[in-house]
Amino acid sequence: MPKIVVDVMPKAELLDPQGKAVAGALARLGNTAFSDVRVGKRFELTVEGAVDAEVLASVRAIADDLLSNGVIEDVVDITVLDESGAHSGAGASGALA
Amino acid sequence: MSTRVGVVTFPGSLDDRDAQRAVRFAGGEAVALWHGDHDLQGVDAVVLPGGFSYGDYLRCGAIASHSPIMREVVAAAERGVPVLGICNGFQMLTEAHLLPGGLIRNDHGSFVCRDQVLRVENTSTAWTNGYTEGQEITIPLKNGEGGYIASAETLERLEGEGLVAFRYVGVNPNGSLDDIAGVTNERGNVVGLMPHPEHAVEAGFGPDTALAMRSGVDGLTMFASALRSLLAA
Repeated sequence: MPKIVVDVMPKAELLDPQGKAVAGALARLGNTAFSDVRVGKRFELTVEGAVDAEVLASVRAIADDLLSNGVIEDVVDITVLDESGAHSGAGASGALA
Repeated sequence: MSTRVGVVTFPGSLDDRDAQRAVRFAGGEAVALWHGDHDLQGVDAVVLPGGFSYGDYLRCGAIASHSPIMREVVAAAERGVPVLGICNGFQMLTEAHLLPGGLIRNDHGSFVCRDQVLRVENTSTAWTNGYTEGQEITIPLKNGEGGYIASAETLERLEGEGLVAFRYVGVNPNGSLDDIAGVTNERGNVVGLMPHPEHAVEAGFGPDTALAMRSGVDGLTMFASALRSLLAA
């Protein structure tokens, strides 16, 4: 069954304490090549049936209303994966906040 | 007839019983409400208590803000019913868009638990009218995600319109912008704050004061304020 992937990130201008902690751990482990880490969320919604315009529209609404909080986060990508897990073009990145 | 204050219990609420107790100490009747109901049982005011509703899954307060009773709480708030959100309850109020801004992980990354000094910045709300302007109060604070944030324009509006209800004094315990500990809506009936007034309502069980250990009862005034504003209404 196809999946729709929603990626949510903390707003770029806001402090991301989780990312900061990971960046600190990386530095302590001797990984010096990275200047910053930000931690976001990935949601995978398995779709009953085909992904059509209606489903995509509802995912865009869900992404804005429940999966993210627009005050502190941005929906950065919405992607459709087909059965094989490959990205399909339909509707991808349509809902960039 | 005593004033009835509802306290909503969500899965993972911790301080619902403490909030009920605080209501009784202030002279009100505490009414236990359940997150899965659509019934506020005709209460005169509502408290959303602290805790970790739904395990803080998704975002703190996010799932609770979509629970059945929250639809009634939002409708009641829009009618002017006093609503207080404490800690997780504050997070729910921001998720439900009843209060501006949001709460994120503490900037230092650690859970913090301390007796916290606050300055009461707005005494015209339903929950702060018993304090004096600029009064400093001490109530416990305990959170991991209490960093208050809002966009620059929202902050400017909050400051300009006097919607900051409480500000941290001495120590900013979680990286909150402008040292904001609590905010109110324009109407003054909806107030949210991260620290816990319900843990400072009975001598012997509150924060330490200069007079005696655990004698602090500064939180009681918050509940008494709501009862007073309801009687005056």
